[in-house]
Amino acid sequence: MAEKKGTVPFSGTPEQEAQLMQVIAQHKEDKGALMPVMQKAQDIYGYLPIEVQTMIAKGLGVSLEEVYGVATFYSQFSLYPKGQYKISVCLGTACYVKGAGDVFDRLVQKLGIKSGECTPDGKFSLEACRCIGACGLAPVMTVNDDVYGKLTVDDIDEILGKYNA
Amino acid sequence: MYRSHVLVCGGTGCTSSGSEQLVSVLEQEIAKQGLSEEVKVVKTGCFGLCALGPIMIVYPEGSFYSMVKPEDIPEIVSEHLLKGRIVKRLLYSETVADDSVKSLNETDFYKKQQRVALRNCGVINPENIDEYIGFDGYQALGKVLTEMTPDQVIQTIKDSGLRGRGGGGFPTGLKWSFAAANDADQKYVCCNADEGDPGAFMDRSILEGDPHVLIEAMTIAGYAIGASQGYVYIRAEYPIAVKRLQIAIDQAREYGLLGKNIFDSGFDFDMELRLGAGAFVCGEETALMTSIEGHRGEPRPRPPFPAVKGLFGKPTVLNNVETYANVPRIILNGAEWFASMGTEKSKGTKVFALGGKIHNTGLVEVPMGTTLREIIEEIGGGIPNGKKFKAAQTGGPSGGCIPANLIDTEIDYDNLIAIGSMMGSGGLIVMDEDTCMVDIAKFFLEFTVDESCGKCTPCRVGTKRMYEMLDKITKGNATMEDLDKLEELCYFVKANSLCGLGQTAPNPVLSTLKYFRHEYEAHIKDKTCPAGVCKGLVRYSIDADKCKGCTLCARVCPVGAIEGTVKNPHVIHTEKCIKCGACMEKCRFDAISKK
Repeated sequence: MAEKKGTVPFSGTPEQEAQLMQVIAQHKEDKGALMPVMQKAQDIYGYLPIEVQTMIAKGLGVSLEEVYGVATFYSQFSLYPKGQYKISVCLGTACYVKGAGDVFDRLVQKLGIKSGECTPDGKFSLEACRCIGACGLAPVMTVNDDVYGKLTVDDIDEILGKYNA
Repeated sequence: MYRSHVLVCGGTGCTSSGSEQLVSVLEQEIAKQGLSEEVKVVKTGCFGLCALGPIMIVYPEGSFYSMVKPEDIPEIVSEHLLKGRIVKRLLYSETVADDSVKSLNETDFYKKQQRVALRNCGVINPENIDEYIGFDGYQALGKVLTEMTPDQVIQTIKDSGLRGRGGGGFPTGLKWSFAAANDADQKYVCCNADEGDPGAFMDRSILEGDPHVLIEAMTIAGYAIGASQGYVYIRAEYPIAVKRLQIAIDQAREYGLLGKNIFDSGFDFDMELRLGAGAFVCGEETALMTSIEGHRGEPRPRPPFPAVKGLFGKPTVLNNVETYANVPRIILNGAEWFASMGTEKSKGTKVFALGGKIHNTGLVEVPMGTTLREIIEEIGGGIPNGKKFKAAQTGGPSGGCIPANLIDTEIDYDNLIAIGSMMGSGGLIVMDEDTCMVDIAKFFLEFTVDESCGKCTPCRVGTKRMYEMLDKITKGNATMEDLDKLEELCYFVKANSLCGLGQTAPNPVLSTLKYFRHEYEAHIKDKTCPAGVCKGLVRYSIDADKCKGCTLCARVCPVGAIEGTVKNPHVIHTEKCIKCGACMEKCRFDAISKK
């Protein structure tokens, strides 16, 4: 079964915090700085747990509610850690009419997790995304920065195998 | 001077197909064969024919190599680049006719196209400002700043008839004139590069293939309305585009084409990138500005329109990437030139992203008024696997489906609205007979439910209820009364939502109801899905005459729903079947069918 989402304890390092403080100092005076800071914070920590959101709120002088509101509005921000390998299946229209739904279902079945979840060993996380603009290669999925196009359901085992080795 | 240039596509499509590796192998091989002084490799933007990637073109011959693999490179280098013998085996098959090699512009895919917005894509190296300048780049800006008044610029854009390429089709010149008319200490020029319509990727290709055109056009817009600052709101999901645009901005600053006193005219303009974070509603103009300001990207009621109170409460002009990409050409070639292309009310060209069940998936740019048939059958090469064309979807989640009997419609803004769809940003998804129209409507509603920002009730609750009704229909649990309720709700959500997202969300349902009502009725009355897509209604069965009793299906069935003995016809127990389709996929005798 998939690990319960909220139970991973926060394990930020002092180095990460120093990096974040530097980012905040750089952007503090910019108009509309909140989103760029949150994007960089997610690059540093991999996700935006409440501890990180609190640091951002204090650093920029905005309320935690504001930060949390933005974090939950945009699909790019994650409140939970992602897997070592982030799998995104494009469920845009072009991919969908070419069978991306079946590819996604197979991944759900193979990994035993649903969209937005992470496998218990922290290896894979799965999400559906909306169009990465590679419609010429539909259906498409990405594993971290690797792109796999013109997929069929039968390709999934081989692709997962590469990362399981 | 180089004797030959090898252009390799570095767009997202071809990069995903391995073009980066191709470039490095190519450069190594060229060095190995001692041709580094004679042959130059250029990584360009998108050529448009993404289905055939990775693509490379060798000039001066113009030989178009498609689906090139690293192992083909030594042969291309030694045969073509060294000895001058084109490797016909590896050319795009359409360019090889009998014994001669056709030019790319004579192939079906390219010959009807007219490239204005995409003119530099696949031609220049997007990471080198000198190449853009070499193709008349920044000349329009020079002309505007040294020879024209802001009013003349706006009048030229008005006369050209250019309309917004991002969705609504509002006249661009008019929009600029509104913002110009408002006095303020600060105004802004924004670009919507948050291409959210699933299935559309023309903006991405322009940003990747010709980023300077956007900088030039936004600076021109800044001069026209009196703004000194620009923002580009760009999708974080487009890493290559973000990188190249940032490089382009840095280069333009270095050349004095952005910053203070551009062309010694006393005009200042600079711009900044803001990354979107994955919210479809941020394509709506007021939501986009709220997002740049750093808040949840919720739309605001209009009026006040952005031309009066936009970004940070100041007068703002917002256009999308493709709209801007037309501007420098209009300034250089004149409004009459642009207005000579297209139809009465839709001028110029439009880029379409061809996707779905079609041979030549990719980007095409055609004059407005080109028929759907020309795009699908001639340029797109028709439907693969001998299937029949069923419908084309335009306008993404805000648009509708155009049925086969309207394939001769001339595509422009007004014709598409008249038949219940819309231009949107230009995604064009082709569907064949294996596509269920109810399922497609449900697919789009699932999307809008997900992307509705939740601010206004008609959209937040209405789209959800619509989705639930569609779900009921695809599972065979609906009545004809539900269908009436669904239609009524569509009109309600359309009339009462705050922004474009909600107002257009019912379009996929309404257009499929209009043209494919019989499919909805089949789901409801006969409890069947004519296209065999809706899992809840599909029944798998084995044709006893065709079944050889090989037992393969029984072995792959994950739930043990197939029974039978060796060499005797097998049977599927439908009450156990989970409709995964594994048996049908594996059957070698074509004995399993779904209805």
